[in-house]
Amino acid sequence: MFGWEFPPHILGGLGTASYGLTKGMSQQPDMEITFVIPKPHGDEDQSFLKIIGACFVPVVWKDNDWNYVNQRIGWIMHPDEYYWLRNGIKYDFRRIGTDDLGCINFSGRYPDNLIEEISNYEAVASVLAHQLDFDIIHSHDWLTYPAGVFAKEISGKPLVVHVHATDFDRSRGQVNPTVYAIEKRGMDVADHIITVSNLTRQIVIEKYHQNPNKVTTVHNAVEPLANVETFTKTPRKDKVVTFLGRITMQKGPEYFVEAAHRVLQKTKNVRFVMAGSGDMMNAMINLAAQRNIADRFHFTGFLKGRQVYEMLAESDVYIMPSVSEPFGISPLEAMQVGTPTIISKQSGCAEILTHAIKTDYWDIDAMADAIYSIVKNPAMYKSLRELGREEVNNIKWYDAGLKVRKIYDQVIANRK
Amino acid sequence: MKNICLYFQIHQPYSLKRYRFFDIGQDHYYYDDFQVEDKIRMLAEKSYLPSNATIAEIIRNSNGHFRCAYSISGTALEQLEQYAPEVIDSFKELAKTGAVEFLAEPYAHSLASVYNTDEFVRQVQMHAEKIESLFGKKPTALRNAELIYSDEIGEAVYKMGYKTMLIDEARHILGWKSPNYIYAHPYIPKLKLLVRNLKFSDDISFRFSNKTWSEFPLTADKFVNWLESLPEDEKIINIWMGYEAFGVFQQQETGIFNFMKAFPFHAMEHQMKFVLPSEATKQLDAAGTLSVTHPISWSGEAKDLSCWTGNDLQQEALNKLYAVTERVSMVTDKPLLRDWLLLQSTEHFRYMSHTDSFGSYYESPYEAFINYMNVLADFLERVDAQYPTSIENEELNALLKTINNQEKEIEKLEAEVKKLRARKSKANDAHA
Repeated sequence: MFGWEFPPHILGGLGTASYGLTKGMSQQPDMEITFVIPKPHGDEDQSFLKIIGACFVPVVWKDNDWNYVNQRIGWIMHPDEYYWLRNGIKYDFRRIGTDDLGCINFSGRYPDNLIEEISNYEAVASVLAHQLDFDIIHSHDWLTYPAGVFAKEISGKPLVVHVHATDFDRSRGQVNPTVYAIEKRGMDVADHIITVSNLTRQIVIEKYHQNPNKVTTVHNAVEPLANVETFTKTPRKDKVVTFLGRITMQKGPEYFVEAAHRVLQKTKNVRFVMAGSGDMMNAMINLAAQRNIADRFHFTGFLKGRQVYEMLAESDVYIMPSVSEPFGISPLEAMQVGTPTIISKQSGCAEILTHAIKTDYWDIDAMADAIYSIVKNPAMYKSLRELGREEVNNIKWYDAGLKVRKIYDQVIANRK
Repeated sequence: MKNICLYFQIHQPYSLKRYRFFDIGQDHYYYDDFQVEDKIRMLAEKSYLPSNATIAEIIRNSNGHFRCAYSISGTALEQLEQYAPEVIDSFKELAKTGAVEFLAEPYAHSLASVYNTDEFVRQVQMHAEKIESLFGKKPTALRNAELIYSDEIGEAVYKMGYKTMLIDEARHILGWKSPNYIYAHPYIPKLKLLVRNLKFSDDISFRFSNKTWSEFPLTADKFVNWLESLPEDEKIINIWMGYEAFGVFQQQETGIFNFMKAFPFHAMEHQMKFVLPSEATKQLDAAGTLSVTHPISWSGEAKDLSCWTGNDLQQEALNKLYAVTERVSMVTDKPLLRDWLLLQSTEHFRYMSHTDSFGSYYESPYEAFINYMNVLADFLERVDAQYPTSIENEELNALLKTINNQEKEIEKLEAEVKKLRARKSKANDAHA
């Protein structure tokens, strides 16, 4: 598998999903997973799969002493493995800047030279494709499609691409042609395409012109939350309604502010929290001030790790008014700590959730109505809390893994 | 000889319009007239009118030997009067033949029998009066909304003077007993119970056109043979269903109307008789008693109330609604009283069910709850405006009594003054 992120060092939902899925799949006894990421930190959980760091794979032949290699990368990779991988160098990649081991330096983030990093990743893929023994190639998200495509061309093994998002989601329709081209090529070459929701599946079919038979939805799941009981809700006079995520166009923060305005016209004992940061944060602060609700509208800035769950657990309502969300894992996390959730119908997770309120992202009246109802009616709160938690605890990565396995079996059979 | 007891049910609730929380206190009209009209017109044209015509024809051709009963809720009657008066006319025609019976039921097709007996009694009386004013005859048999029944409800029904009640075939109540007998209330032997035959009812209303059903196609001949092959001493077969079975559940193209026309004559050829619920309980003796400690209904497999009262949302809505029963009973404001009834229809609560929200026009049970609670909040504010919650019920009652008594007192005193004046003038006359 080619990925870009893997916990604990993650920047978005991709890493969480990669972890969950591979962990779920590893429960199948005859499944062996090698997961490639640009830059591991060494503290990744490798109990159920093998992680290869692309930044430790030589792409240019350099003669180095065993002890030197051990001293350099011994902490994360055995020198023998390094030498063995080195035998997979079949092309001349000297045009790429490499270090003294012949390895490429990856940031593993989303830097400005992302396109370059993606193509360097491709070089690493060629080495691995020559050297590793595998039955199927699985590429997570567009960043890794070129690597997957190259690996397929070299090995002749089937390629499955996993669409966690498309550029149409990220840009509200203003797609970047370079990104689109990379995405399209990956999908064209793939033997099968996995999408995280039917919403995304539809985009893949309509905007990327893929054969519907080749596209299957495998909804994301959620990892059980460890020590869930340590997240508690402090009793307080005011109810708390929370938006949590990147404050960007895609997430629809302005609809949240407008809905808050509606609710506050009718009732006073509610506070609204916008947690996270993003390019629209200042605009949102202004909007809240314009609507004259700044005294009841709070910004927390970026939250991470445990803070996220604490914020969610302290809330009476979690709301995700995303304009376009391929899946959206955070409502499931809110439900894990028992927080009633309102999501937009334009979110992929709406397809699998019953005990969450669904509204159109633009329908601020419906959103306001739902917020009002949850904070006013204890039965509403209780139902969503209890049934929601029960529901989300039954959404398991193991089941998602089985669906992926079925797709594998199918593409391998088609090949033969 | 076998008796066949047919009854058809018509009920339509008033669907609520999209009512947001900012409408609370601003807008006091709650109903989606367009949806209501559209639905009742559709039902009238596809089902009620052709079915009534068919029944009228059968009654004529059978010389009145064919008989059947109807139960039409108060809300459905109101809708028909307003949007499809020709259906009411055709029922009046049927009533004139003397071959049909109209059953009593709580006016609003409500759960009042479970939540508030006084309200239940009031609604049954209201419905009985409505039936009498439309069709000229006071009902003598009662079927509760959703065929809800328990010993307690039976007792209340008997106290109102009804001696026949209709209940559903609930396996956990009947056990090995057959529905094809008449039963009695455990401690009020004069209250007779008729039990729906589930299989034969559903054969017509749900399975008739199902091509995967092993008995497809169902012919009148076959159906009558089934009835005939029942044990000799099982004397009554109760076949009850929603009237929509004809023309909607089973579309006209399936041949349901032809089946309906043919069935009575096949039955009569086999010496079967059609009886009305009230006649049946007079003519046949009870074979035993049935005790029902927890309410049963005709819903689902469990035959309990879970699809209306099963979850927290439903319970909150129902508790909030029925908490004001006593107050509303003092209200004289007509629009408020009408809303009180319309908001009680069982469907509003069924739409909130997570497991069985049959017929819901909402996207989810939560949405149904949100909308209903907004409407209810406005309704409760209006009740409160008339009779503030700050005053205890008893105190309020006492005050109302004083006000009412004052009027009577004044009348009495006025009458006395008049009398005295008259006497005085008489005395004056005498003096003069």
